[in-house]
Amino acid sequence: MDSDDEFMTDVSSREEDFLDTQDSEDESLGEDFGDDFDAGFSYDKDLVQKTKKPYEVDFKVLSPGDIDREQNSQIAEVSSILGLPPESAGILLRFARWNREKLIESYMDRSEEILEEAGLGHSFEANPRTEVVPGFMCSICCEDGDDLETYAMRCGHRFCVDCFRHYLSQKIKEEGEAARIQCPQDNCHRIVDSKSLNLLVTDELKDRYKTLLTRTYVDDKDNLKWCPAPNCEFAVECGVKARDLNKIVPTVHCACKHSFCFGCGLNDHQPPPCSLVKMWLKKCEDDSETANWISANTKECPKCLSTIEKNGGCNHMTCRKCKHEFCWMCMGLWSEHGTSWYNCNRYTEKSGSDARDAQARSRASLERYLHYYNRYANHEQSAKLDKDLYLKTEKKMTSLQSQSGMSWIEVQFLDTASQALQQCRQTLKWTYAFAYYLARNNLTEIFEDNQKDLEMAVESLSEMFEKPIAELAELKVDILDKTAYCNKRRVILLSDTAENLKQNEWKFNVEL
Amino acid sequence: MGSIKRISKELAELIETPPTGISVQLVDESDVYKWKVTMKGPEDTPYEGGTFIVNLTLPNEYPFKPPTVSFATKIYHPNVSNDDKGSMCLGMLKSDEWKPSSRIAAVLEFARQLLVEPMPDDAVEGRIAEQYQNDRKRFEEVARDWTRRYAREAN
Repeated sequence: MDSDDEFMTDVSSREEDFLDTQDSEDESLGEDFGDDFDAGFSYDKDLVQKTKKPYEVDFKVLSPGDIDREQNSQIAEVSSILGLPPESAGILLRFARWNREKLIESYMDRSEEILEEAGLGHSFEANPRTEVVPGFMCSICCEDGDDLETYAMRCGHRFCVDCFRHYLSQKIKEEGEAARIQCPQDNCHRIVDSKSLNLLVTDELKDRYKTLLTRTYVDDKDNLKWCPAPNCEFAVECGVKARDLNKIVPTVHCACKHSFCFGCGLNDHQPPPCSLVKMWLKKCEDDSETANWISANTKECPKCLSTIEKNGGCNHMTCRKCKHEFCWMCMGLWSEHGTSWYNCNRYTEKSGSDARDAQARSRASLERYLHYYNRYANHEQSAKLDKDLYLKTEKKMTSLQSQSGMSWIEVQFLDTASQALQQCRQTLKWTYAFAYYLARNNLTEIFEDNQKDLEMAVESLSEMFEKPIAELAELKVDILDKTAYCNKRRVILLSDTAENLKQNEWKFNVEL
Repeated sequence: MGSIKRISKELAELIETPPTGISVQLVDESDVYKWKVTMKGPEDTPYEGGTFIVNLTLPNEYPFKPPTVSFATKIYHPNVSNDDKGSMCLGMLKSDEWKPSSRIAAVLEFARQLLVEPMPDDAVEGRIAEQYQNDRKRFEEVARDWTRRYAREAN
């Protein structure tokens, strides 16, 4: 068991969660109160002023309301600078993919061209309205009744309201289009603005239109991404650029509790960078299913290295690809076998030993891959089993409460331990993918030591966690202690890896 | 929607003043959604002298959804699929490019223009497109041969 001191100096994950929600004003309280603020209680100061760990990145979670507000404030700003109606400013911003500075600069230089390219044109009528035009025939449906309600956008192309409505409905509902809906006239690229749309469509369609516009806002901005968790409607803002993804793993945490990589959108995969993760997943997809079988049942042709399965009892093999003849037992040339064809006990000929060396190298490479893959897969499997761990934990907590007379607050240590286990397993899983691509050096040794420490701590905590409910009350301090230790080992491993990644210290056996 | 009215109007216009080298009729008088188009191979092209039958099908949602165009007569062309469907890939017939005010006459004229000037960058048949770009002489020989073989007996 670890010492009490060690437990006390570590901020538990609960406290970390709490700190993550603090605003930047709170984080700078220390400076506001001067140097005397801590009055010797450094632990308290740590709670108030949380320092960012090397593997953490700055990010901000945005709700649909936040996204709307952000959009509207940018539209209002551009609208006032350029002196355009808000709906036109919105079209321009979407055309410029929300790059305000670039848009304003381009607009000042060549306003007419920009308006044309964005599908706006020059006339800006204040209030769109429908009207009945005597003798008008709609070129879409060919109706020409005297009381036919019609609508024309600023481009002047007039259609009956029913056709216009049907067209907009199809674009929004079926095609999921919002930001670039053009005038229904052939060869007219004028964009339908929000005022026209609001005049013509139902409330249900207006909502859908608004949702789609919000979606394009997030999709168009490089520093915004939707949380990939099912049914989550939050977006995350993060300033990490694509070019930095080999130096940092930008893990972000959504308000829905889902953690994912801002770079590639996959679940949190620290410590390996996105490019390694992509390589590893592809390799696993291609290799792992068959690797074990290949290892056990096949050999490579000594000449062309094609993988060969022995399909008969005879040791005289002829490679189908290059027609090379060799002995299955010693891998030597068949022509060197003289008369001892079916009973090979030779080991010395050069051709055989060379072939066996190549074979050994190939097998060693496969063995190495399987070593890392099996450990990766083991943690992945454990993580899958951990998915229903929370429900089990809740049951355990309820049972423990009733059996030991502890309060609900007092049994929370099990929930904390459960979360730590899941988080550490996730990290461990990816450390094996990372280690597979590491070239051997001193740093690798340190990394593997950290990995081993975390592995042992996790197994130890897992063992305690599985104990019968009757024993859990007595193990509370041990479990708390081990939970804190696991969290600490994880932080150490990730911090060390992230530092070295930032400083380009890691040497990989592949090109990133 | 008033699609029947619009279709009838377009059909009447096309029968009255057909575009060059194109004539249209309904496959079945009771169904205005299926048209049989007869297209003459344009002069100075490998398709010259051929008569091509083109099926034009209008969706129920026409004119809000685009028509589909397919060659019933076999034709050697980068933009027409080399199978029994004879599907034709036209940019203006993709649902995101189609506009409800677009006309069938324009579609047919565009299809015939493709016989004059194929669009290898928007090809359905990659191999034919490659040949069209790199070995025009051979492409024209094969296209002429196919026209002789498949597009002569059409009425």
